[in-house]
Amino acid sequence: MQELLQYLFSGITNGAIYAVIAVGFAVLFNATELINFAHGEFVMLGALGMVTLYSSLQLPLTLAFLLTTVGVSCVGFLFERFAIRTVKRPEPIVLVIITVGASIFLRGVGMLGWGKDAFSVDPFSTHPPFSIAGAHLLPQSLWILVIVLGAVVGLHLFFNRSLTGKAMLACAISRRAAWLVGIPTGRMVQLAFVLSAAMGAVAGIIIAPVTMCSYDMGTLLGLKGFCAAMLGGLGSLWGGVLGGFLLGVLEALGVGFLSSSLKDAIAFVLLLLILYVRPAGLLGARKVQRF
Amino acid sequence: MVARYLRRNWAYLVFLAAVGVTGCLVQNAYYFQVLTFIGINTLLALGLNLLMGYAGQISLGHAAFYGIGAYTTAILTTTWGLSPGLALPCALAIAALVALVVGLPTLKLSGYYLGMGTLGFGMIVHIFLREWTEVTGGASGFIGIPPLTLGPIVFTDDRAYFYLVWATVLLSFILTHRLIRSRVGRALRSIHDSEHAARAVGVDTQRLKLQVFIFSAILAALGGFFYAHLVNFISPDSFNFLVSVRMVTMVVIGGMASVWGALLGASLLTLLPEWLHTFSDFEMVVYGLILMLVMILMPQGLTRGILDAYERSRKNSR
Repeated sequence: MQELLQYLFSGITNGAIYAVIAVGFAVLFNATELINFAHGEFVMLGALGMVTLYSSLQLPLTLAFLLTTVGVSCVGFLFERFAIRTVKRPEPIVLVIITVGASIFLRGVGMLGWGKDAFSVDPFSTHPPFSIAGAHLLPQSLWILVIVLGAVVGLHLFFNRSLTGKAMLACAISRRAAWLVGIPTGRMVQLAFVLSAAMGAVAGIIIAPVTMCSYDMGTLLGLKGFCAAMLGGLGSLWGGVLGGFLLGVLEALGVGFLSSSLKDAIAFVLLLLILYVRPAGLLGARKVQRF
Repeated sequence: MVARYLRRNWAYLVFLAAVGVTGCLVQNAYYFQVLTFIGINTLLALGLNLLMGYAGQISLGHAAFYGIGAYTTAILTTTWGLSPGLALPCALAIAALVALVVGLPTLKLSGYYLGMGTLGFGMIVHIFLREWTEVTGGASGFIGIPPLTLGPIVFTDDRAYFYLVWATVLLSFILTHRLIRSRVGRALRSIHDSEHAARAVGVDTQRLKLQVFIFSAILAALGGFFYAHLVNFISPDSFNFLVSVRMVTMVVIGGMASVWGALLGASLLTLLPEWLHTFSDFEMVVYGLILMLVMILMPQGLTRGILDAYERSRKNSR
């Protein structure tokens, strides 16, 4: 029982991180129907940004958080402006290869900027671990949960309450129709890239204290976040959240009760299962066909 | 008769001559290794080109078949002591079998979902190779794979290996070309253009897609077989997700739906890292930039891009 609770805690913590990465995929996919293979690199940049601003320069937490998020969002903005929008005939496969190129490029930038070593970041608060029914809960886990829920609720309100958010949703439903009623679709796509990169940065920032941060940490995190997005339903905000938590918990239980060496396989087995049984994902509705 | 044969097949004859002359001229062992790698990568790109360019199906997990080919021959020849000549058909058969089992449910998906399904499959095979330590040697790799012997011939000489690989490439080219020109090839292109329309005129699209998937898996396993006996040491990281992506990149950069595009893409992506070694730490940044620039400037791939540029320059000079 105590063991189970401990696995659940670690599963929920990891799940929250997968969830926020999955939400990043969802925001971008909604507006552009594009899967960004460089998304994991935004996570990496977020974590390494914290290494510099929070650990080395000792900036206050909120300031370091804000600066990192804004910085990575700028990278997302530049990526859209210079790599995506300049493509003359944007076929999906071409765009996918461009995002792959961008991911290699950003990983190279990470290696140049921070070297090949792995760094650790101090937790956001120095409170000792909580003890609940014999299982330990790190304060950082609470930070992660609160920040992720805050970010997702914020996005939900943005999409459902604000005019800009609604305009973005309109773009997702039909870009042509949105353009006809006067929504600047180009700017919406840009905003989607910025928001998606910001979500990636947030994931990197909150994961920094619980893992080792290095230039090559992004790829696997990105792929797993992607599995979570597929699990919940590609392009669905709450689907991504559900998929993330589900993946995190199942992974933790798998590590605890099956084998720790197969940890990384669990995400991909789940991905195949959901694809065979219900390709639209748990909460997804529409079927997407590209290529 | 002879003239017609020459006119039709001049490309192969030029190719044959080029391979022969290169084999005679090159003396350096390093160059031979790079050239042989280009040949192996061309085999990989060729199968995937058929799958992506003609059948219109994407696979982000093809490194798995490459790995299955390499590991099967490694285990059979080293652990079991079989001769490579016997291991080759086994490696190809296992790859074909896996492709059949995986392809049956996966190829029902389309678009992004197919890409993701194959991605998941590739990741699982990679983790499997890494964690099944007793059989595959785990993350530290598999050492001591014997050199290739086919009957009485031992391919320890770099030049002999180079000729063997490129002869296989030429044969696969001819095979693929004939396949594309046949009824099957036309049916494949019809799937690429519209699967519904193809079904409506009586093409068994599901079966055909599966056949092409298996064919490309066999070519990838063949590449893996040559790779294992060339370097005599394999590790799971030679067959991970990034390798699958590199294979797709070879196809797209070279130009989809073009047999020669596969050769061009494979050559470029094999040579590029070798050239970029001079940049040392900047290697990844430059590689990523080149990849993005080629795709932004020539979204149709280099083969098409260069042809377009040539035609434009001819128009301008007139």
